[in-house]
Amino acid sequence: MIRGIGRRKFLVYGSATLGISILLKACGGQPETATSPSPAASPEGSPVAASPTGDAIKVGILHSLSGTMAISEKSVVDAENLAIEEINKAGGVLGKQIAAVTEDGASDWPTFNEKAKKLIEQDKVVTVFGCWTSASRKAVKDTFEANNHMLWYPVQYEGQECSKNIFYTGAAPNQQIEPSVDWLLKNKGKKFFLVGSDYVFPRTANTIIKSQLKALGGEVVGEDYIPLGGTEVTPIITKIRAALPDGGVIYNSLNGDSNVAFFKQLQGAGMTAEKYPSMSVSIAEEEVQAIGVEYLKGHYAAWNYFQTVDNPVNAKFVAAFKAKYGADRVVNDPMEAAYLAVYFWKQAVEKAGTADDLDKVRMAALGQVIDAPEGPGVTMENNHHLSKYVRIGQVRDDALFDIVFATEKPVKPLPWNQFVPETKGFSCDWSDPAKGGKFKMT
Amino acid sequence: MLSGILDGIFNGISIGSVLLLAALGLAIVFGLMGVINMAHGELMMLGAYTTFVVQNGFKQLGGVWFELYIFVALIAAFVVAAAVGLVLERGVIRYLYGRPLETLLATWGVSLILQQFVRSVSWQFVVGLGLFCLLYFGATTLLARRANWQQIRSWAIAILLPISAGIAIAIALVAGQMYKLPFTQPWFGAQNKDVTAPRWLRGGIPIGDYQLPSARLFIIGLTIACLIGIFLFLQKSPWGLRIRSVTQNRSMSACLGIPTKTVDALTFAIGSGLAGVAGSALGLLGSVGPNTGQNYIVDTFMVVVVGGVGKLVGSIVAAMLIGTANYVIGANVLQPLVAGSPALSSFFEFFATASMAKVMVFALIIVFLQFKPAGLFPQKGRTIDA
Repeated sequence: MIRGIGRRKFLVYGSATLGISILLKACGGQPETATSPSPAASPEGSPVAASPTGDAIKVGILHSLSGTMAISEKSVVDAENLAIEEINKAGGVLGKQIAAVTEDGASDWPTFNEKAKKLIEQDKVVTVFGCWTSASRKAVKDTFEANNHMLWYPVQYEGQECSKNIFYTGAAPNQQIEPSVDWLLKNKGKKFFLVGSDYVFPRTANTIIKSQLKALGGEVVGEDYIPLGGTEVTPIITKIRAALPDGGVIYNSLNGDSNVAFFKQLQGAGMTAEKYPSMSVSIAEEEVQAIGVEYLKGHYAAWNYFQTVDNPVNAKFVAAFKAKYGADRVVNDPMEAAYLAVYFWKQAVEKAGTADDLDKVRMAALGQVIDAPEGPGVTMENNHHLSKYVRIGQVRDDALFDIVFATEKPVKPLPWNQFVPETKGFSCDWSDPAKGGKFKMT
Repeated sequence: MLSGILDGIFNGISIGSVLLLAALGLAIVFGLMGVINMAHGELMMLGAYTTFVVQNGFKQLGGVWFELYIFVALIAAFVVAAAVGLVLERGVIRYLYGRPLETLLATWGVSLILQQFVRSVSWQFVVGLGLFCLLYFGATTLLARRANWQQIRSWAIAILLPISAGIAIAIALVAGQMYKLPFTQPWFGAQNKDVTAPRWLRGGIPIGDYQLPSARLFIIGLTIACLIGIFLFLQKSPWGLRIRSVTQNRSMSACLGIPTKTVDALTFAIGSGLAGVAGSALGLLGSVGPNTGQNYIVDTFMVVVVGGVGKLVGSIVAAMLIGTANYVIGANVLQPLVAGSPALSSFFEFFATASMAKVMVFALIIVFLQFKPAGLFPQKGRTIDA
C-alpha cells in the first residue's frame, strides 16, 4: 500500500468521521437530557425536547459523572433529575418547563471551574445545582461570585463559609457532628478515637470534635488520618487497640474506599460494634450497600435524613425514585438535599415572579419553607443554609438504618464554627446587605 | 515487648504480601517485558468485579457453596483478566514495543476506558457494542475475500463504519425504549460493590488477646502460592524457558526459532491474569469499585522499581521492606525504644499517622534510589533493551 493518506482518502475518512460523530451526538445526546419526561411518561408531549432553547428555563447540573467522585455524585444527579421531572410534569415553573444542561466536572477541580463558566456564560443557565467535595465548591466559588450567579450545594460540609452566591442545602457542622458527639457522650462512653481521610473536611470536623469533647468532659485518646483512597489500615487498627484496650468510641470521617478497608479489617481483627461502636459521617445507605452490611451491622451514622424516615412525603419521594431508577436503588442524605435544592429554587422563583433576576430570586429564597422528606418545616435561613433535622441511625440487617435518635424540630444552621477561635462569635445574614457573609455577633 | 515484635513482623509481612500480590503481575509485565502498563490497576479491578459476579452466582446456590466461592472466583478472575490482557496486548501494546512513553500514555488511556466501562456497562451498551462489532468486522471479513479488496478498502470502511454504527445505536436505543429499565440500567454503576468474604475469612484466629485476621492469612498464603507457581512456570516449563530467553535476548531467541510474538502475548496475559487474582483477593480487604485499581497502581510501581526491574526476588524483598517500614512508622512501634529521647520520640510521633507514614516511606525511597538507582537487585551485565 502507498504510505500516507491522499486527499481523496482524507475526504472519505474525514466525512465518515464527521458523519459518525454527528450521529453519535444526535443519539448520545438523548440519555444526557433525560430530564425531559419521556414521551411515554407525559402524554401531552414535552416542549423541552422539541425546543430546548425555546420556552424553557435552563438550569445547570454540574457534578462529576466520571473519575473518583462519580461514585457519589451520579446518584445526586439522579435525585436532581427526578425533582426536575416532577416539577415539569406538574406544569413547570412560572408556566415554563425546566431544561437541565448537565456538565461533567470529571472529579477535577479546574474542570469544575471551566464547566461552571461554560454553564453561566455560554448556556446562560439561571442557576446551577452542583459540586460534592469542598475542593470543587471552592474551585467554582469565585466564578459564581464574579458573575453574581447562583449555586445550590447539596452536601454536608465543614462550614466556615457563607457565600452570597451559594445556597447550602446539606448540613452545617452543628447539624451533624456536634449533636452526634453529644449523643455518643451520653450513650456510648467518653473515650474517643478519631479516624479520618486526610483532607479538609475530616481535619476540620476533628478540630470541632476535640474542642467539643474538651468542653464536655470527654477524652480523645488518638487521632489518625489515611490518604484519600488509601486502603492500608493495619497501623490504625493496631493503634486503636492500643489506645482503647477496653473498647470505646471510634469517630469515623473516612471517605470513599478507605471506609471499605477500615470496616472489613476492623471485623477481621475481632473488634465488634458492641465493644467499639463507630459513628460515621460519610456512610449513608448507598455506602452500606457497597461496603456490605455484614461488616457494618450495629455501627452508627449521623445524618439529617435516612431512607427509613417515616412520613408521607418521604414515602412518596422514595417510591418516585425507585420507580424511575429501579427498585434496588436507595436514597440517601445528599440526594435528599439535592432534591430539596431544586424545590427551594422553584419556590424562590415563583415567589420572585422571575427566574432571570437572580438578586430577586436570592432574596425570595430566604424564609422559604418546605415539607421535606426529612420532615416538615425545613426552612431556608438568612445565612443561606437550611434548618434541618438531625438524626442518628444504626445499621440494620437490610442495609438501611434504624433511627435511634432524632431532633424534635429542625436545628438552625451555624456556618461559622463557634468552637474555633478564629470564627467564634461570627455569623452570617444575607437578608441585610450591611451584615453579609461574616459579621461579629453582638 | 516480644509480642510487640511478633505483632510488628506479622503486620509487616501482611502489608508486604498485599503489596507483593498486587505487584506480581506488574513485576512480570514491567519487570520482564519492560512494558509500562498503567492499566495494571484496572486489570485488578476487572478481577475484583469478576469476584463480585461469581459471588452473586454462588449466593444463589447458598449454603456451603457460598463458603467456597472464593476459589472459583480466583480462577475466574485469572481467566478474565488474562483474556482482557491478551486483547490489550494484541490490540494496542504490540504496536508500541520499545516506545515506553507511547505505551505509558496508551495504557493510561486504556485504564480510563476500562474504568468508565464498568461504570456505564449495561445490556443496552453491550448489545450495541456487540452488534457494531458483528456488523462491521463481519462485513469487512466478507469483503476482504474479494479480489479487489485493496482498491475498495477505504470506500468500504467509510461506508460500513457509519452504517454499522448507525444500525447498532438505533437498535440499542429502540430496545432501550422497549424493555426500559432492566435493559438500560447499568450492571454495576458508579457505586462501589459489596464483595463479602465467606464466613471463614471474615473473623480471625485469636492468639492471646490478639487476633490474626484470617483474610490477611489467606492473602499471605495466596501470595506464597502465586510465587511458587510463577517460579515453577518460569524455571521448569518449556514456555517459561522461552519467556526467559526472550527476556534475555530477543533477536537471538527469534533466530533460534522461538515465536517471540506468541511469547510476548503469553507473558502479558499471565501478568494480567495475576493482576486479576490480586484484584480478586484484595476485594477481601478493600473496596471493589471503578477506582479500586487506582488505589494500588502507585504502590505496585513503587515495589517493582525499588526491587529492581527484571528481578522477581527484588519485588519480594522490596514489598516486605516497604510493608514493614509502613507499619513500623505508621503504628509508632519504635515508641518504647526511643522513649528516652524526647526529640526522637516527638519526631516519630509526628510521622505516626497513616498519611504521614506514607510521606516518610516515600522520602526514604527517594533517598534510597539516589544511591541505588537500579533498585535492590539490579540486572547484572549488559542490559538488553528490546
